[in-house]
Amino acid sequence: MTAVLVVAGAMVGAPLRYLTDRAVRSRYDGPFPWGTLLVNVAGCLILGGLTGAGSALPAPMLALLGTGFCGALTTYSTFSFETLRLVEQKAYFSAVVNIVVSVAAGLGGAYAGFAVAQAFVA
Amino acid sequence: MAAVAIGGGIGALARYELTAAWPAAPGHFPWATFVINVTGCCLIGVLMVLVTEVRPAHRLVRPFLGVGVLGGFTTFSTYAVEIHGLLAPGSAGVAFAYLGGTLLAAMLDVLAGVALTRRLARR
Repeated sequence: MTAVLVVAGAMVGAPLRYLTDRAVRSRYDGPFPWGTLLVNVAGCLILGGLTGAGSALPAPMLALLGTGFCGALTTYSTFSFETLRLVEQKAYFSAVVNIVVSVAAGLGGAYAGFAVAQAFVA
Repeated sequence: MAAVAIGGGIGALARYELTAAWPAAPGHFPWATFVINVTGCCLIGVLMVLVTEVRPAHRLVRPFLGVGVLGGFTTFSTYAVEIHGLLAPGSAGVAFAYLGGTLLAAMLDVLAGVALTRRLARR
């Protein structure tokens, strides 16, 4: 049953990542991967919130929204590949910025989501 | 769009099963997510060289395997939330090792995937 929820969440999360990236690319055609950064930070914020809710959130909801939706909305493979492509294009500064901002904003999102959810649960 | 959704479902299911079979104890290095993310990075390097440089693939191969399966398999949100969970007294060292270790291994693996596939394709 849990596996079905994970798949259902992912079948929404992955297409949403695809659509977001396309929407971003249609407005900005530079080399910096803003689309992936946006979905990754958004996913970290939501998953941080779900984790912060703790036992107030039923386990099936965590499987659907956390493991499924947030897991598939965010990606490490595209993040690493796009960073490598920036390096290959000799855009070294952009590559470093992408790594630093992704990790910092992702962690910041996880912290913010967690703190907000804890404030609501408490 | 359907190819991305189905691929994403398959990738996420594989991630869920691997994490369930290999759970990380609180305060310990999350090996399952580490291996998932690093493997996915290597495979995307292989895939992208195959479909963009070696020979043109069917137009649905990249959305299905790249955006869908590998995107659904790897995860940035779990990575960040696991670091958040580890950044506590007693496991902060593990948190930084996980943060840096995943980054380093992911970048080296995507590079290895790209470089090895290019070399093998040239033969």
